[in-house]
Amino acid sequence: MSTLEIKDLHVSIETETGPKEILKGVSLTINTGETHAIMGPNGSGKSTLASTIAGHPRYEVTSGTITLDGEDVLEMSVDERARAGLFLAMQYPVEIPGVTMTNFLRTAKTAIDGEAPSLRHWTKDVKAAMENLKIDPSFAARNVNEGFSGGEKKRVEILQLELFKPKFAVLDETDSGLDVDALRVVSEGVNRAQDTGTMGTLLITHYTRILQYIKPQFVHVFVDGKVAESGGAELADRLEAEGYERFETAAAGA
Amino acid sequence: MSQTVNTTDNASPEEIDADGAGVPVIPGMGEEGEKLSATVAEASDAGHATHSVPSGSQKRPVKPGSSRADRLSSFELADFPALTGREEDWRFTPLNRLAGLHLPDGDDARLTGAAPAVSVTELDGVTVETVGRDDARLGTVLTPDDRVSAAAWASFEQATVVTIGADVEATTPVRIDITGTGTAPAAQHLLVIAAPNSRADVVLQHRGSAVVSQNIEFDVQEGAGLNVTSLQSWDDGAVHVSAQQARIGKDASFKHVAVSYGGSLVRLTPTSRLAGQGGETEMFGLYFADAGQHLEQRLFVDHAVANCKSNVLYKGALQGQDAHTVWVGDVLIRKEAEGTDSYEKNQNLVLSEGTRVDSVPNLEIETGLIDGAGHASSTAQFDDEQLFYLMARGIEEKDARELIVRGFLHEIIQKIGIADVEETLIDQMDSELQVASL
Ligand SMILES: Nc1ncnc2c1ncn2[C@@H]1O[C@H](COP(=O)(O)OP(=O)(O)O)[C@@H](O)[C@H]1O
Ligand SMILES: [Mg+2]
Repeated sequence: MSTLEIKDLHVSIETETGPKEILKGVSLTINTGETHAIMGPNGSGKSTLASTIAGHPRYEVTSGTITLDGEDVLEMSVDERARAGLFLAMQYPVEIPGVTMTNFLRTAKTAIDGEAPSLRHWTKDVKAAMENLKIDPSFAARNVNEGFSGGEKKRVEILQLELFKPKFAVLDETDSGLDVDALRVVSEGVNRAQDTGTMGTLLITHYTRILQYIKPQFVHVFVDGKVAESGGAELADRLEAEGYERFETAAAGA
Repeated sequence: MSQTVNTTDNASPEEIDADGAGVPVIPGMGEEGEKLSATVAEASDAGHATHSVPSGSQKRPVKPGSSRADRLSSFELADFPALTGREEDWRFTPLNRLAGLHLPDGDDARLTGAAPAVSVTELDGVTVETVGRDDARLGTVLTPDDRVSAAAWASFEQATVVTIGADVEATTPVRIDITGTGTAPAAQHLLVIAAPNSRADVVLQHRGSAVVSQNIEFDVQEGAGLNVTSLQSWDDGAVHVSAQQARIGKDASFKHVAVSYGGSLVRLTPTSRLAGQGGETEMFGLYFADAGQHLEQRLFVDHAVANCKSNVLYKGALQGQDAHTVWVGDVLIRKEAEGTDSYEKNQNLVLSEGTRVDSVPNLEIETGLIDGAGHASSTAQFDDEQLFYLMARGIEEKDARELIVRGFLHEIIQKIGIADVEETLIDQMDSELQVASL
């Protein structure tokens, strides 16, 4: 069992008018086998939290800690975090011209595992995972994310999630921009990975729609750079009914 | 940071879409065009703009000789004055490194060195001839449009003519090996004829040492498909100036891939003239400049008739002190060229300090009735978001950088479509990268 622990995390970004604090004291603990949903309005800092966990250089941690089984994640470089078992499914995956999916997947898998995967098994695994996510086999020969539709990019993120088998997955608005079919396919992928019993998930979303497919045990309402309220799955139902307004007013009043 | 980047349009792609309702006008060319397209780039803050100017007799503010349409072309050397380096089309070229190819001593001089040897693979349906300079087919596609090209025209004695017969579909590439062994300034002339409805891949491989001005004509006749790859893999000291002009007939398609990494100074002027309706041209290029190398490419796409397509993509990488690359892309959509669809892009990746990049896209549109026209130019150190993406998948920074640079270059290599040429180039680029200070 693994634990990802975020304690009183404060994060700033550099803007034209000087540093701006985005995360204002986030605390969160996720264990293997758990799915936590983070729900919040646009601009509340959800992507900032996700990118900070992954180590994006734009975000400066001014105080607080992130640890993975007690190890200081903030001390690790971006690639070290991935090799330690953290995975970020990005909100906007970038295109990498000239690097084929096949080459990329094998290179990343080799880096994460510390050894090249057995060629025979690997090819089979990739094929099966692509089939499960209804990704056309021709994508293997295409360049990473190049010319992929929004939905295709998200499927490919989940493809990586299934192949790289991280300890913790952070999914940044993986549901946005997906039609109902794609949403189902992508959710099934996340559930397959979660059902292995070896992963914990931080599911970041703006809408409750994806929660019909992925069932979190914990829901955190995220407003203005911190967790405004935490609860069980029922909190999502209340959000569905009431929207974020109540929390935003509370945050503004605080 | 000792780096010079001269680009009109930094990382801001532009689209100009037009329908009958509006006339997009991008006036000016050359020095003016540079200034004007910079203005246009500024106007498009999101990097995406739709330009539409009310139709009517909008007068283009073109100063004489500044439109690409007005560029002098002539078979007479004397029509091109001795170069000063201040000419619009020579302002980036170090004339003192041309080794006399521009005949600085006057119009009576000639390029008398031995031309690099030409050998062409034998193929069914493909004829190869060596002809004298009086052969009537020569000069039917290409007319020199600068002094160095005119010097080659005035000087060459024999030309190689390669003809792909009508309806012939060549199953293996026509390989034209051009191998230099001397450094006396020389002239060379080649003509490739793709007869109606023929299909062929042609690979021009330049190797060895040479100081040569070259004129190459591609006559792509009705319904033909010609895929040309020109590889400049010269030895270190070579000086190579090459005008490669294509005329693309009705419903014909022409692909030109120019790859330059060898030599001291290489200056290419690839031209596609879309002369028959339904014609298509793709012009791709890849250049990798090391310390002290000057690699220059000046493209011209001439949309002279209606309903043609053009797509230009050139990518360059630079490393080392005084590595200098120049890319100028002139696209002219003439008044007659309604229904044109055109795009051009140049991207440069700077891998070390001390380099210089010049990148100038010039788009001139004389009709409003086009399907689309756009241009983009970018010069970047490195895309940090790409780096982050790969590192977030566990790949170490050094490996991630190599993947990205390879990927950047491979995008062009993948366009060649000839397996062994692609493989050799991938290896070649890897060894260029070994020297890179990654
Ligand atoms: N590069 C940036 N420059 C200025 N502000 C930024 C930048 N990136 C994010 N922000 C601001 O940080 C806040 C949080 O953004 P983000 O983490 O993307 O929110 P979310 O993912 O919840 O929509 C927003 O107010 C956003 O405007
Ligand atoms: Mg976000």
